[in-house]
Amino acid sequence: MNLDSKIPEGPIAEKWSSHKFNMKLVNPANRRKYTVIVVGSGLAGGAAAASLAEQGYNVSCFCYQDSPRRAHSIAAQGGINAAKNYQNDGDSVHRLFYDTVKGGDYRAREANVHRLAEVSVDIIDQCVANGVPFAREYGGLLANRSFGGAQVSRTFYARGQTGQQLLLGAYAALSKQIGLGKIKMHNRHEMLDLVKVDGHAKGIIARNMVTGEITRHAADCVVLATGGYGNVFFLSTNAQGCNVTATYRAHKRGAGFANPCYTQIHPTCIPVHGEQQSKLTLMSESLRNDGRVWAPKSADTAKLIREGQLQANDVPEVERDYYLERKYPSFGNLAPRDISSRSAKEVCDEGRGIASTGLGVYLDFRDAIERDGKQAIQERYGNLFEMYNRITADDPYQVPMMIFPAVHYTMGGLWVDYNLQSSIPGMFVGGEANFSDHGANRLGASALMQGLADGYFVLPYTVGNYLGEQGVAAAGQITTDHKNFSEVESEVKARIDKFLTINGTESPRSFHKRLGHIIWEQCGMARSKEGLEKAIRDVQALRKEFWENVRVVGDADGPNPELERAGRVADFLEFGELMCRDALMREESCGGHFRVEHQTEEGEAKRDDDAFAFVGVWEYIGDFVEPALHKESLIYDNVKLATRSYK
Amino acid sequence: MEKTMNLILKVWRQRRRDDVGQFHMYELQNVSEDSSFLEMMDSLSEELVSRGEEPVAFDHDCREGICGMCSMTINGVPHGPERATTACQLHMRHFNDGQIITIEPWRAKPFPVIKDLVVDRSPFDRIIQSGGFITARTGSAVDANEIPISKQTADFAMDAAACIGCGACVAACPNASAMLFTAAKVTHMNSLPQGKAEQDRRTLAMVTTMDREGFGGCTNVGECEAACPKVISLDMIAHLNRDYLSAQTKNFLKPVQ
Repeated sequence: MNLDSKIPEGPIAEKWSSHKFNMKLVNPANRRKYTVIVVGSGLAGGAAAASLAEQGYNVSCFCYQDSPRRAHSIAAQGGINAAKNYQNDGDSVHRLFYDTVKGGDYRAREANVHRLAEVSVDIIDQCVANGVPFAREYGGLLANRSFGGAQVSRTFYARGQTGQQLLLGAYAALSKQIGLGKIKMHNRHEMLDLVKVDGHAKGIIARNMVTGEITRHAADCVVLATGGYGNVFFLSTNAQGCNVTATYRAHKRGAGFANPCYTQIHPTCIPVHGEQQSKLTLMSESLRNDGRVWAPKSADTAKLIREGQLQANDVPEVERDYYLERKYPSFGNLAPRDISSRSAKEVCDEGRGIASTGLGVYLDFRDAIERDGKQAIQERYGNLFEMYNRITADDPYQVPMMIFPAVHYTMGGLWVDYNLQSSIPGMFVGGEANFSDHGANRLGASALMQGLADGYFVLPYTVGNYLGEQGVAAAGQITTDHKNFSEVESEVKARIDKFLTINGTESPRSFHKRLGHIIWEQCGMARSKEGLEKAIRDVQALRKEFWENVRVVGDADGPNPELERAGRVADFLEFGELMCRDALMREESCGGHFRVEHQTEEGEAKRDDDAFAFVGVWEYIGDFVEPALHKESLIYDNVKLATRSYK
Repeated sequence: MEKTMNLILKVWRQRRRDDVGQFHMYELQNVSEDSSFLEMMDSLSEELVSRGEEPVAFDHDCREGICGMCSMTINGVPHGPERATTACQLHMRHFNDGQIITIEPWRAKPFPVIKDLVVDRSPFDRIIQSGGFITARTGSAVDANEIPISKQTADFAMDAAACIGCGACVAACPNASAMLFTAAKVTHMNSLPQGKAEQDRRTLAMVTTMDREGFGGCTNVGECEAACPKVISLDMIAHLNRDYLSAQTKNFLKPVQ
């Protein structure tokens, strides 16, 4: 597998601008001869589709929802980072770059991260121009808040729904191009496979989720912006439909999958309520600006709370352990996500957890309300407090919130080079679906930044460069009549037939739940060699059972949610094994990947830079065959490798 | 220990768009009061699958009240009885043991049923495509602080922009009018300085498309605001009417399209 990262020569701050100059251009009159497929309509996909169409390319865009506006980028609450330094508090492109590399525990590619920090400022400008109503100060200028892992205030926000507002901006731009006929939008379509011709990505096979029709789509190149794979855990903060199918199918067609074990467990989610739960709800990290995280000092006090004999507000100050402030005095409650999550787990492992399950800690606004008044807190977090109240029936103005970590984001993804091109030529990957910018841990408010950076400012250049390199004579030459389309289509149809004819006894959801349980237990916040080996065996057995005993009711000729779920779960079953293999291979702890064998005496993550400063890229070889591992070395010329300290 | 309840569900079943639908009755046991309404629907699905029957199809995705995908009328009210709450955020503790719950799709002519509780809301997308954008080509923006926007204006635009496009307003309206949706979208952009240049074109185009899609007229009933999970104010419709009048007048004197 060719893992040439194609990082441009030159000083880091000049790489992107010189690369842009060196790229091939396509004459505006020739752009209309090319077609680009964009799968996914979130921040990365929506912005890329709109920007490419604005440039003059024909775009076919796909989403599984009923409208592109519903992509899961919409659910991001807290904000988007940008190195604007509007607060005059010492921010700069270099500092955002540095914070992101450090926050990712030195497992991201320097050049990509620097570009991300560079274009971050353009993103805010673009969003404001598109009508995103960011929060403003009385003088009419933009407001900022601070976020975990940073000591500057660089986060822009729109109440508690920054994701929705940014997505609506990209969706509006996308819609304009749909109206103009430059983008052909395929709502309620699910990509089921990738089609390659002569080694290059030239199209996809999709299923129309309304009619059940299997459709072929050809193009000059393909962009995947299909999000992360957090739903491999069954319970996560992802939307119900989020899945790994598009990226995993592409992986099986030859795209390297990088760092699948890097998953982010977000520290502030609402604890699990019971067996009927279908998803977990995140409470924005921005709450940690004012909320103080604590657990009872003694396990006895915690037990009384769990049994309902003691109320949180009645726990005296001396009995409270504000453990993040105690352990990490300089970052306090704003310690990065991986560290905050692990600390919560430790507290609960010690028997000091609250909530009926013992899996929860407090996030308390009592002091902030006393200091700033209820109204100020309401202005900052009103909608989040309401959401918490709706779900739990508790009022966070009166009693502390209960929180517990939950799967939230996946840093791993398809391997891409500096151009965001995967190891399959002509297939680009943007947003959460690629691996490139967050290393082993993502900082808060950086997902929106990366999605829009890829969509607005990277892919529109690099896709054009690829098309330019292919030459205008090649434009539109491959059509769906090519035999490779019919071959892949038959494979897709055969798989669907197989699902419908197994006629077993267990539902796809039940298999999904069982898979999630295995992955959460063995490949969640703490991982061990023994546990991971067991998980691989268990997942393999479960996969075998699935193909013998799954029950998919209904037919393929119309809407069939069970069939859709079966396909996604089948891919998660294979992917889950890959994730465990990656976690097993990585004999170190870094960021969101914590191997219990590799920790300091204080229980902090212990990296092994000599042996593991590389991107682990997996190549699919065959069914039930161990995948091949390839390595891309990570070279740090601009940031000194150091042990992360937030103390 | 979590409390549970037994329910009787009266659910609209319709195989395909052109089929005749009807209500089916289902008994569902041991529903946790901490689960959400859609988690209750999941339990029903599992129950039906275990009997070899097709589960009830319904739209849903984020399950945290922001994507606007979920769309069911519960006991006659779009998104159910709780104010400012989407169906996915509605919890079973608001229902009682033994209760009969009626579950229907959005009922509106421009939103035909695709299957069971799933409807086609693509007319909303087409309203946006006709003018619900600010033309700002990627890369052409000025610095974000170049044009100050008063906090009041930004807050007001945000109030309008909070719309999640679920369509509850249409489902609640006796005329199946899309005025609250269109008004929220128009007002969000018209109120910002960046959106002023295209204001008249936008307003006329979006209202024209809305009418063409077959939505009914607004008669100020106010059911839309009551059903809106984001409590978009009826005032938005007044703003739209004002902008529409102004755009029509200007268009009469000199075409703005």
